[in-house]
Amino acid sequence: MSAKFYLTPASVEECLGYLTEFDGKGLLMAGGTDLVFKLQSGKEQAEALIDTQGIEGFDQLVFNDREVVIAAGVTHGQVAADKRLIERLPAIAQACLSVGSPQIRNVATLAGNVVSAQPAADSAIALVALGAEAEIVSAAGSKKLRVEDLYCGLGKSVIDPTQEVIFAFYLQSPQPGQGNAYDRISPRNALCLPLVNAGVWLDSEAGRITAARVVLGPVADRPFRAPEAEERLVGAGLDDTQAFKEAALAAARASSPRDSCLRGCTDYRKQLIKVLTARVIARAAGRAGGNV
Amino acid sequence: MLSRTSLLNIKFVLNGELTHVEVAPEETLLEVLRSKLKITGVKKGCGEGECGSCTILLDGKPVASCLLPAAKVANRQILTIEGLARGQDLHPIQEAFLEAGAVQCGFCTPGMILSAKALLDQCPAPSQDEIRQALSGNICRCTGYVQIQEAVQLAGRKISTS
Repeated sequence: MSAKFYLTPASVEECLGYLTEFDGKGLLMAGGTDLVFKLQSGKEQAEALIDTQGIEGFDQLVFNDREVVIAAGVTHGQVAADKRLIERLPAIAQACLSVGSPQIRNVATLAGNVVSAQPAADSAIALVALGAEAEIVSAAGSKKLRVEDLYCGLGKSVIDPTQEVIFAFYLQSPQPGQGNAYDRISPRNALCLPLVNAGVWLDSEAGRITAARVVLGPVADRPFRAPEAEERLVGAGLDDTQAFKEAALAAARASSPRDSCLRGCTDYRKQLIKVLTARVIARAAGRAGGNV
Repeated sequence: MLSRTSLLNIKFVLNGELTHVEVAPEETLLEVLRSKLKITGVKKGCGEGECGSCTILLDGKPVASCLLPAAKVANRQILTIEGLARGQDLHPIQEAFLEAGAVQCGFCTPGMILSAKALLDQCPAPSQDEIRQALSGNICRCTGYVQIQEAVQLAGRKISTS
């Protein structure tokens, strides 16, 4: 069944009105780079396509001393090119730069990527590492959830795109003593899913790590935080490479990448996780210590 | 505000000319350009946004037209390969591609040239890495890419001196 209606709400209220009117048969479309393919292959169908790109406020990218706001219509390309993010939140800038190709990045949104709920989604890995929250709006009101709590299974988001809209992501503005980094290993530099990817955020005081988030993909049915790795890092010095290696080993042991003929067997990918995670931790630690 | 009926009448600027066309909600820009507007310089390769042969410039930025709902381009500017030459006068990027031997079967070429144009519009003298990144979404089966990279550098020099 092909959609009968294409709607372009100008406000969140108008968008919610359409979602209510179509009562489960209206689908939100952001950039459309995932959804168009699913519609053509029959994996998704809808009576109405509700294009969110024109909603007021959906294109805002705010960066101040208190918070960073990435609205739901912001594309991967905008984030990857934003000089403030490249300098201060390089994890999200680098993650977005890793996705697809320039053609995809110019259209695809972070919100759409998160709702697609794939475990290796680069922007999601970085958002979870940075402790991002999503503001979700529906007819019932508005709520904020951590991005890491938006998953309920492989490819399944807790967000129902026939009822709910992500309005924006909120991230803490980076403070002195904090560092963040992201990287991935993939067979090609573009148009390629990662074999493994990792996002790390560290907080520190007087040269010692006080808090850590280590997030890996695709090693579970969602972006995977490795608590054993995080615990090993707390208390370690920002130059304690031995601690980084031990944390990375703990991360590799805790992760469960699938055996894949295309993307590598489990043992190989665990080895990659060990190497990549140590590298990304070291980079985040260097940035936390003020060394880029 | 777009109509809520099944077919939408949209207008947009195509290669410098105001264009009106009726599109269905799920119709992609690629389908509309090739089938309805007979703009066949835009190619269908994979249909999944993974080869770049359907690349067009949307408000100056390269996008995959096979994954773009046509309705999204209402009131916007589209440039396809047909919009580059002025009559028989080729655009400097087209000239450079021919001079550098960067065209073999030609199937990737329209998309490749448009990605190059988007790059050169922002960065007139790009480095090798900048060219590789800008063209990373365009796949070529024939050339091995070296001539394409040289063509983009040559095009940059041509544009700067013109």
